[in-house]
Amino acid sequence: MDNIKFALADGVVIAKRNVIKIKRVPELLVSVLISPIIFVLLFAYVFGSSIEIQGGSYREFLISGIFAMNLTFSATLTGAGLAEDMQKGIIDRFRSLPMSRSAVVFGRTGSDVIYNVLSLIIMSITGFVVGWRIHNGLGKAILGFGLLLLFAYAMSWIMAYVGLLVPSPEVVSNASFMVIFPLSFIANTFVPAENLPTPLRVFAEWNPVSSVTQASREFFGNIPIGTPDPTAWPLQNPAVYTVIWVAIIIAIFAPLAVRRYKLAPTKS
Amino acid sequence: MEAPRIGLLRLQKWKTPMKPMIEARSLSKRYGEVIALDGLDLSVPEGTILGLLGPNGAGKTTAVSILTTLLVPDSGTATVAGADILASPREVRKNIGLSGQYAAVDEHLTGFENLDMIARLYHLGRQRSKSRARELLERFDLADAADRPVKTYSGGMRRRLDLAGALVAEAPVLFLDEPTTGLDPRSRTELWSIVRELVNQGRTCLLTTQYMEEADQLADDILVIDHGHEIAHGTADELKMMVGGERIALSLQSDASMDDARAVLIRYSVGELHVQGRSVTAPISGGAATLTEVLRALDSEGVKLRDVGLRRPTLDDVFLSLTGRVARTDDEETDISEQGVALEEAS
Repeated sequence: MDNIKFALADGVVIAKRNVIKIKRVPELLVSVLISPIIFVLLFAYVFGSSIEIQGGSYREFLISGIFAMNLTFSATLTGAGLAEDMQKGIIDRFRSLPMSRSAVVFGRTGSDVIYNVLSLIIMSITGFVVGWRIHNGLGKAILGFGLLLLFAYAMSWIMAYVGLLVPSPEVVSNASFMVIFPLSFIANTFVPAENLPTPLRVFAEWNPVSSVTQASREFFGNIPIGTPDPTAWPLQNPAVYTVIWVAIIIAIFAPLAVRRYKLAPTKS
Repeated sequence: MEAPRIGLLRLQKWKTPMKPMIEARSLSKRYGEVIALDGLDLSVPEGTILGLLGPNGAGKTTAVSILTTLLVPDSGTATVAGADILASPREVRKNIGLSGQYAAVDEHLTGFENLDMIARLYHLGRQRSKSRARELLERFDLADAADRPVKTYSGGMRRRLDLAGALVAEAPVLFLDEPTTGLDPRSRTELWSIVRELVNQGRTCLLTTQYMEEADQLADDILVIDHGHEIAHGTADELKMMVGGERIALSLQSDASMDDARAVLIRYSVGELHVQGRSVTAPISGGAATLTEVLRALDSEGVKLRDVGLRRPTLDDVFLSLTGRVARTDDEETDISEQGVALEEAS
């Protein structure tokens, strides 16, 4: 019991430290919050000018895709943060303290939820400005935001593990780009998946980025009227499918990240 | 040239033998092909400082990492404050404070926030953590800078804060991994006096250093390691005895008088002369009296001196004679003759 109490308390101390850092390095926060605005505007006006969606507006269709893509990208911050702590030797300090062995990674993934909440708020406001609306009521909208945050939290755990594996924060950004870019584009984020060539379509249908996008479109009421029902199971049950992915990812990557933290090589 | 340094600033301690607070037996660790530690033994009695001395890559940091539970050894055993590092690492962590080579403090946090965080992670509780942090900032002369982010601190201030971090929980065992590397002389002396005070209060300390002077100033007992194993062990004085007694060191105004100078020195020397450019060192016995005679003889030969002194062997000499290298070098392969010059000029 004491162990759990200490693990929580230690995690809170670490999260608090990370939050102080967000305040002290506003440049990082600004760049984290400006990129979603740019994405919303670019896609809404560049793609939105030429992509027609039957029975609805592309901008409304688009926003959930932007949410999913941005939250997937922002997981890199978790990895970069941990890689920086390793590089600076602070992880060595933490590992020499009688603190919980899971606190550093839990504290980090926990405090990074703040980034995700802030960037969701910014994206929603920008979306609202360009014409995105919630049509299914507040209750479902909250479910939609909740699911997006849950998905982002799971992605954070993958990047936490990656961040502890690599030698420097820059490597995290580069490495994750190669994975996160295809993952968030070979999906229904920006275009309906049905029109993709078969191999890409199948990938897109089973891609959890698609399911979280699909689920939030349903919760926000952004599925264009007259859209045929999806044929693939993950997109028929997008919320359930997303939650399954979240559970699997956390079940695999949380223990991996904690183990990596314990065994990580010392700085010198 | 260095003046004779006999018992300079050295605190004499008469302590009854105590139980070892740090004890390691045949620690080994390799990284792939590189052997970092090769059967290292060490023992540090309570209330004393062990200086772990060696060049870059000798295995000092690896030893500290293992003893502070950051790294698991390939073989060997160790106990710290009575707890086994492998069987009860958590117990070990409760009883140690670590201050690293690279000042592991968070530069975005203030000095206060850093210490408060560390105190919370030692589970001192909210109130106690705050007061302990303020107390330490006061004591380490950081009170004025307490609420400024660490990135505005000077190197010396960071080191002091890092050391304060190691003291937060008043842990009985301290590991200081090259605590003064890269510090200016004044900050270094400051840090030394803090460390002395801590140990006088009964703490046990393992200190790694590349600086002979640091080990000489602080350590009760010195373990010289290279390539991961012990090459010498003893007090500073014992180690100096190993390379012989005092010597005359002189440098000449011109090369031309070198032969005359050597002729004189050979008559008084009790060992081999060591010539380096215009400098000569000669082991002697008889101290200042011999020096006076040598000076008279040199004067009557018309040898003009630029500098002269009586020198006791330093730990640099010890290291040089034990390993054929000086400790304080970033370039492992630099040969002795070049380093010899640097050494003469440095001293």
